[in-house]
Amino acid sequence: MAMLEVAGVSKNFSGLRAVADVSFSVPEGAIFAVIGPNGAGKTTMFNLIAGMFAPNRGTITFQGERIDGHPPDEVCRRGIGRTFQIVRPFPALTVEDNVMVGALLRHSDPRQAMARAHDVLRRLDLYDKRLQAAGSLTLPDRKRLEVARSLATEPKLLLLDEVMAGLRPTETDRMVAILRDLNAGGLTILLIEHVMRAVMSLATRVLVLHHGAAIAEGLPADVVREPAVVQSYLGAEAL
Amino acid sequence: MPAEIYLNVAISGLLTGLVYGLMALGLSVIFGVVRVVNFAHGEMMTVAMYLAVVLFAQFHLDPLLMMLPLAALLFVAGYAIQMTLINPFISRPEHSQFMLLLAMAVIIVNGLLIVFGPDARSVQTSYAFDSFAFGPVIVDATKLYAGIAALLVAAALFSFFRFAPIGKAIRACADNYTGALVVGLNVKRLYALSFGLGLACVGAAGAIIVLIVDVTPPLGPQMTLLAFIVVITGGLGSMPGALLGGVLIGLTEAMAGLFFTPSAKSMFSFALLVLVLLFRPQGILGKKPS
Amino acid sequence: MMDLLLHGVPRHALVLLGLVLAALIAAPWFANDYLLTVLIVILYFAYTGIAWNVMMGFAGQLSLGHALYVGLGAYATAALYVHFGIGPWVGMPVAIFISVASGVVIGFLAFRFGVAGVYFAILTIAFCEFARVGFDHFGWVSGSSGLFLPVSNYTRNDLVNLRGQPVMFYYVILALTAVAFVLCHLLLRSRVGYFWQAIREDEVAARSLGINTFRYKMIAIAVSSGMTAPAGVFYAFYYNNLFPEQTFHILRSIEIILGPIIGGVGTLFGPIIGAFLITGLAEVLQEFLTAYGLDIPGVKRVFYGVCLLLVIMALPHGIWPPLARLLRLDKRQEKSKEPEA
Repeated sequence: MAMLEVAGVSKNFSGLRAVADVSFSVPEGAIFAVIGPNGAGKTTMFNLIAGMFAPNRGTITFQGERIDGHPPDEVCRRGIGRTFQIVRPFPALTVEDNVMVGALLRHSDPRQAMARAHDVLRRLDLYDKRLQAAGSLTLPDRKRLEVARSLATEPKLLLLDEVMAGLRPTETDRMVAILRDLNAGGLTILLIEHVMRAVMSLATRVLVLHHGAAIAEGLPADVVREPAVVQSYLGAEAL
Repeated sequence: MPAEIYLNVAISGLLTGLVYGLMALGLSVIFGVVRVVNFAHGEMMTVAMYLAVVLFAQFHLDPLLMMLPLAALLFVAGYAIQMTLINPFISRPEHSQFMLLLAMAVIIVNGLLIVFGPDARSVQTSYAFDSFAFGPVIVDATKLYAGIAALLVAAALFSFFRFAPIGKAIRACADNYTGALVVGLNVKRLYALSFGLGLACVGAAGAIIVLIVDVTPPLGPQMTLLAFIVVITGGLGSMPGALLGGVLIGLTEAMAGLFFTPSAKSMFSFALLVLVLLFRPQGILGKKPS
Repeated sequence: MMDLLLHGVPRHALVLLGLVLAALIAAPWFANDYLLTVLIVILYFAYTGIAWNVMMGFAGQLSLGHALYVGLGAYATAALYVHFGIGPWVGMPVAIFISVASGVVIGFLAFRFGVAGVYFAILTIAFCEFARVGFDHFGWVSGSSGLFLPVSNYTRNDLVNLRGQPVMFYYVILALTAVAFVLCHLLLRSRVGYFWQAIREDEVAARSLGINTFRYKMIAIAVSSGMTAPAGVFYAFYYNNLFPEQTFHILRSIEIILGPIIGGVGTLFGPIIGAFLITGLAEVLQEFLTAYGLDIPGVKRVFYGVCLLLVIMALPHGIWPPLARLLRLDKRQEKSKEPEA
């Protein structure tokens, strides 16, 4: 059974078709990438999975249970974590307190939660900065904090929305290494990404969206060569 | 009770409501454009009212004549306030601005208390006790003039925003701040202009309303609250909504005063506010937030 | 629990706190009557400030109608005492219940329907105003004529009925403030406290971390309103008269928020420091003017407004944060210079 099953999902916003009849499934242990030009509906798809709003049609199933239309906090409790395209740290709280909030979901004792938060911070290379105010961090650190915080909720599936955006190549490699590490430890990852370097080195499967519809799915190397995909990115003249 | 009484009270409420609407119009302009919640709105109106009282007492100048000068004065004040105090606050969180104006409100109310004392002041014009009869309906002259004056000022404001190039620029600013910047509009000045216009409405409304309402320092916060009720009911950011809301509140208060005790009439306005906030927060004519 | 209370608290902080507490306990021996009443007012505002701070400082919900909970608590216990002879401590649970119930109603209506930010603040004002006008017509508590508590001789200190000398009231309010302070300290380091702060900082992000924001906002308003009720009980039995026009006036609500804003919203010490500063300075101003033979009603309030204005413009986070850094009580670091050994 696939970890996440998206079947025939559509979403309209006052007449605009953001997601059009998309279906895919994410196997357990995969690193599944969703790519496509801007405005293709990728973040909308994420928001549908994460529970920000409900699809107009279709179903979303996580570990055998329906989650479409469920509120974001419940989706997280079920085991899906997410990051945001534009990072949303808790600026006035310290780095460790930020992650603490995530850890408190599964560990109600603050001391245990803090210990867990420290573990996650060490994994994400942020332990040294744990007492800094989150609002004072650089962008790469904020991105790692966002991942750390979500990770602290002990998700089975992590949704990463353009986590590489704005990172320099070395930082991107660092993030890729961390994600690969987490995946090896059993975390299923679903990521939206524009940085092809990261997609090609990480993803086990790729889905391409264009104008809200799925136009290709498969192994990374195959998908990027498909004519429809090339056309969507570069236009018909490129073919 | 004979039907004429209801009609008289209703019309009286409607006319008063028009003046409320003008005051609230100012708030709508300020919030709609500058996105500042002017918690000192009513207090600023009482400043205008006291000025009108003083001008009448000292120089026998009819408040209706003072409408434009007072509006101009408050326009300048508003422009200055926006440029000096509020513009630096644009990037701050919403409740920071709110508190800033709250502080100003406290200063104004108590400043007025110190200067004028707690007793009510009023303006007794030569036509204060006149009334007109339209069939079975009797209308106070003061209320009739007030209502008409309010409508005229509102109409002037509407035309400004509709037809004057600066007016259109302001509307552009309100619709899309970044877009306006990109197109080269001097947003800070337009904000100051808008705040000035908003307070000009307040100045005019203050001059007009002093004909029908006595002024005391505590009237300020009451009017601020009323302005918010009117604007939220009518629709934040909608200018016709402000007038509509004003009329609605004026009517509600008048009828509530008739059916229940006059002192309890504000309870109905509050109840209306709560209902609107819960069930139709964008107000009657407001647009639903995206 | 002692562990949760003391873990991570630096030694010098405890020493400082102990000294301050000792000074406050010893104060009646050194203070004249006038100073004692000033201290009572300061502690009263420190207490209400702490209670309000739970909602605003911790959970980020701006309430400008907190006088409602003070008033309800005051009227509840006063009415029970006047009509049934029920003492304030017995009446307090009733007061708390009524305040919490109204807080929960307001919270439910607001949070269920997504009323937030400034709109929420206006809603809280509306409810308090509604009470102000409503109580004016509430015959059982004497409406606008005012509810008066029977005042007997002041020579005996009756703690059960809260009848007695100012000294007794001083220790009561000091105890209440101390309890509130400790409670907030515990709340801040508990799960509830962390979730509240997350909601305050970014509600959307908080939800994405599994936090049921509706539930925690409700808890915040319930705790805040419940904590405010005892202030009302104190108010009723200390001043012995209640008028809806005064008790529920919006100025009361504004007075409550002055301390926390000046001291520092969201901090533990902010409301207390703020209360000391604003009330202390206001009294100094009053004394100064009286010494020159000037009696100007409204001057104190103008002063409040000016202080509020200055603090908002210059020190938006209040006086406590820079002070805390000075006293090395802030665990936060600026960008770290070298990694931990």
